[in-house]
Amino acid sequence: MGFRAAVVTFPGSNCDRDMVTALEAVSGQPALRVWHGDADLPDRLDLIALPGGFSYGDYLRSGAMAAMSPIMRAVVAAAGRGVPVLGVCNGFQVLTEARLLPGALMRNAGQRFVCRTVELQVANTDSLFTSGFAADETLRVPVAHHDGNYFADEATLDRLEGEGRIAFRYAQNCNGSARDIAGVLSANGRVLGMMPHPERAIEPAAVNALGGTDGRRLFDNILASLATA
Amino acid sequence: MKVRVLVRLKPGVLDPQGRAVHHALEGLGFAGVEDVRIGRLIELDVADGTDPAALNEMCEKLLANTVIENFTIETEGGA
Repeated sequence: MGFRAAVVTFPGSNCDRDMVTALEAVSGQPALRVWHGDADLPDRLDLIALPGGFSYGDYLRSGAMAAMSPIMRAVVAAAGRGVPVLGVCNGFQVLTEARLLPGALMRNAGQRFVCRTVELQVANTDSLFTSGFAADETLRVPVAHHDGNYFADEATLDRLEGEGRIAFRYAQNCNGSARDIAGVLSANGRVLGMMPHPERAIEPAAVNALGGTDGRRLFDNILASLATA
Repeated sequence: MKVRVLVRLKPGVLDPQGRAVHHALEGLGFAGVEDVRIGRLIELDVADGTDPAALNEMCEKLLANTVIENFTIETEGGA
């Protein structure tokens, strides 16, 4: 049985093609494309990916308008059935606005757009996205965002830490995020939102100057977890 | 009926934009500015007699992100 992943494109998404390329490179299977105005997702999905970009021009708040789009009703319903969902960058912002993940992503504390490769510390090794990583392992993955400053109230942050739901932390905080948080998991561990772009780190440096394959390992983890599930 | 929704960052939520504007005001020589917080004003034109509960729901579902923001609703005439 082939790996079936769907990538959602919103008006203003700009990393959707990168996400498709990464998924296809890692799985060897075609990734399905879904448009924001679609009311339904393809059936029997193994993964739904919400890509980076500036959906709806970041009107009102980053991710706010996309969270109200028809396809997100289907994504929320699918997540409720346990279909894995990965939101990267703007996709993470959409997941918080859709309340599939707690917290919010505010303007970077330094006010500047941050675009560089950062070091991430793996903080969870139990989820389908992170099971192949070693605890406290350091990954190198690019970030590119203006609104990546993760905020949640103290009680929520304590709960996330207590439940092991922080997937990744910045080794050096690049945007002001509370407790250095770079990626957060849902209570059942099947929804992951992260600001860094794993889909931009799937080829060795010799092939791609942005370089590195640490992002590819996240997709490898998903495939390996589904194969053993 | 005109409705004004004021969306503000909750107290305690860091406001980098407000801080930058505060510094800029000081740079222009305006002394005595203690703090600057930046929010958002949303003006709605709604049918007369619109249920205040519906306005509240609009704010909670879309106009404000209640994780980080508070909102106040002002209807024309102060009703």
